[in-house]
Amino acid sequence: MFDRFRHLLALEPLSAEQIAFLLDEAKPFQQIQRHPLKKLATLRGKSVVLAFFEPSTRTRLSFGTAASRLGADTMALQAQSSSLKKGESLLDTVHTLEAMKPDCLVIRHAASGAAQFISERVAIPVINAGDGLHEHPTQGLLDALTIRDRRGSLDGLRITILGDIVHSRVARSNIHLLSKFGAHITLCGPPMWIPPELERLAPGVCRSFAIEEALDGAEVVMALRVQSERLNEPSLPRDEYIRLFQLTRARLARARPGALVLHPGPMIRGLEIEPAVADGPQSCVLEQVTNGIAVRMALLYLLIGGTGGLEDLPHAPD
Amino acid sequence: MLLIKNGRVVDPSTQTDATLDVLVEGDRIAAVGPGLEAPSAEIVDASGLVVAPGFIDIHCHLREPGDESSETIESGTRAAARGGFTTVCCMPNTHPVNDNASVTRFVVDRAAAVGAVRVWPIGAVSAGSRGESLAEIAAMKEAGIVAISDDGHPVASAKLLRQAMEYCQALDLPVIDHCEDPSLFAGAVMREGPSSVRLGLRGMPAATESICVARDVQVAELTGGRLHIAHLSAAESLMLVRQAKRRGLHVTCEVTPHHFTLTDEEVTYDSRFKVNPPIASRQDRDLLLEGLADGSVDAIATDHAPHEPARKDVEFDLAPFGMIGFETALSLALEQLYHSGRVTLPRLVELFTSGPARVLGITRRLAPGEPADLTLFSLDHPWTFRTVESASLSQNSPFDGRSFRGAPVLTVVAGQIAFRR
Repeated sequence: MFDRFRHLLALEPLSAEQIAFLLDEAKPFQQIQRHPLKKLATLRGKSVVLAFFEPSTRTRLSFGTAASRLGADTMALQAQSSSLKKGESLLDTVHTLEAMKPDCLVIRHAASGAAQFISERVAIPVINAGDGLHEHPTQGLLDALTIRDRRGSLDGLRITILGDIVHSRVARSNIHLLSKFGAHITLCGPPMWIPPELERLAPGVCRSFAIEEALDGAEVVMALRVQSERLNEPSLPRDEYIRLFQLTRARLARARPGALVLHPGPMIRGLEIEPAVADGPQSCVLEQVTNGIAVRMALLYLLIGGTGGLEDLPHAPD
Repeated sequence: MLLIKNGRVVDPSTQTDATLDVLVEGDRIAAVGPGLEAPSAEIVDASGLVVAPGFIDIHCHLREPGDESSETIESGTRAAARGGFTTVCCMPNTHPVNDNASVTRFVVDRAAAVGAVRVWPIGAVSAGSRGESLAEIAAMKEAGIVAISDDGHPVASAKLLRQAMEYCQALDLPVIDHCEDPSLFAGAVMREGPSSVRLGLRGMPAATESICVARDVQVAELTGGRLHIAHLSAAESLMLVRQAKRRGLHVTCEVTPHHFTLTDEEVTYDSRFKVNPPIASRQDRDLLLEGLADGSVDAIATDHAPHEPARKDVEFDLAPFGMIGFETALSLALEQLYHSGRVTLPRLVELFTSGPARVLGITRRLAPGEPADLTLFSLDHPWTFRTVESASLSQNSPFDGRSFRGAPVLTVVAGQIAFRR
């Protein structure tokens, strides 16, 4: 069932069973987050390289925390301090890191496909912590875990994703994952950020340019960060986005009562989301952060801890 | 002396398609006919092979001067000979740019010294290909250029294109344009469509090309000059060229083997698929094949674009555009056009010979007195392309490992054997 699953590069190629397995594996690690003493010795003596070729705070901290709570050491590389500015190629940098004999490589990079590119050229497991506009698979997993905990299941979910979809790796990972469980996914935002090709990304995806209509009956609403550099492209004044697409309390009322609000962070209050919604009772934003550590612990455990990867590990106990 | 016996001689410019012998004396064709005898000649048994006029590639990059780790005139022309080409036209985007007679002379002299096939340089339209003022086109013509182009970039403005096309009427040179709207191109690395959206790679729409083709066709009409559209890849562009031809304008176009073979569904993060213009949609690819069959397309050109391995073995976004193409061109054309039943053998030969010759305003015939440039190829020979066996210094081909039916067998340039399989 888990043949050739040595890395985690994307959610698109995984099956619903594989994803459910990963989410199940995260459960015991969720419990650890509630313990007063959170450190395990499971991966003592192992080391994880966090190779972040793009600025990141939360994802890097989350992976670092996950590794450290498993007892592993981390070596961190940040774009600012790397030799990339000296003209070294990604491949050379990664080979240098690999020669330091880590047990796993977590990579964040601005180029789509960078994690796959590296995984084909190194001998250790690679986890994609976000590659360009392509995927951010651990974000997709932690979002799914959050939804499943609250809702009980992922099957047939009605979800609306708001914002700059075409430039979002978070959206792609979520769409691929949730679609495998039969979700009805509505993408809503300015038309230039939601090209028609997105409807062909996975089954069950449709577009809407009217937020009230898009939110109608939604069980989960995911607001994406609106990147200021996108607003600066010849396109859209900030106030226009707010006027048409900001997730407000009034608009959220169109969704099902108690609908969950997710945001991958970092959140810009007052742009894509109204502060009252971000801090409201329906918001799962902080739960997402905690679940991120659990999901990443599970992955590190599975990819490093086992003798050969996921195929050798028993299913997690219920 | 070389006597090529019993080949199927196919020359669309003389409407020949018959089993004949070809006698070569010195650098010229001495005779074409049945049952030729020449006791002192080396005999080549061409039974089962096609004997065609030497193939002309009107679009390639030989990288010399300036980027000799990717390709040299020597290595590039050896690869061309292996692909059945007897003449290649190299683009001016070298370092320095071929925008003056001294660079042109360097290329011509170097090719005469080490080239395996003929090299006809293409000069720049503008000084430094910077799109500002015209290059020294007349001086370059004297030194040997056969066309002008700012390839790698479009001719920067309608005004510059107009000037170039008007000026070139005095020089009898075609203007070759790499058609692209810079604002739609900026930042994109593949064709926009379901694949680019899925891969998260920035896409450019087909209109990136066709908007510029539309501009160029109108300038061709304004000036009456000769316009040639390089590496045409979009259905809309082809439609514009067809219309221009119907209206009697001097507009021609070429299509590359990779554009008539691959579709964007096949593109992966493997940077060997990264090429500009990008690999088209399936629908456009199918329409390009139609254009090749119905005569709207004048020539097959390789856009052979070598890049040394280290430069290509990077993230897709950072890799340079381009793939090598000399050695797979004929086999891909046989696969996509001939074996698939889309075109006749004479039409296929035309796309490699009299078609490109027409673009350049010359004739190439397989007839007595003509230069002895010949391409002999098999329609059926099975082989597998391996970039490690290529004569090119670069290996950036997505066709590595692809198996083919039919291949170049003998390439004769000025009466000398440049390649023998």
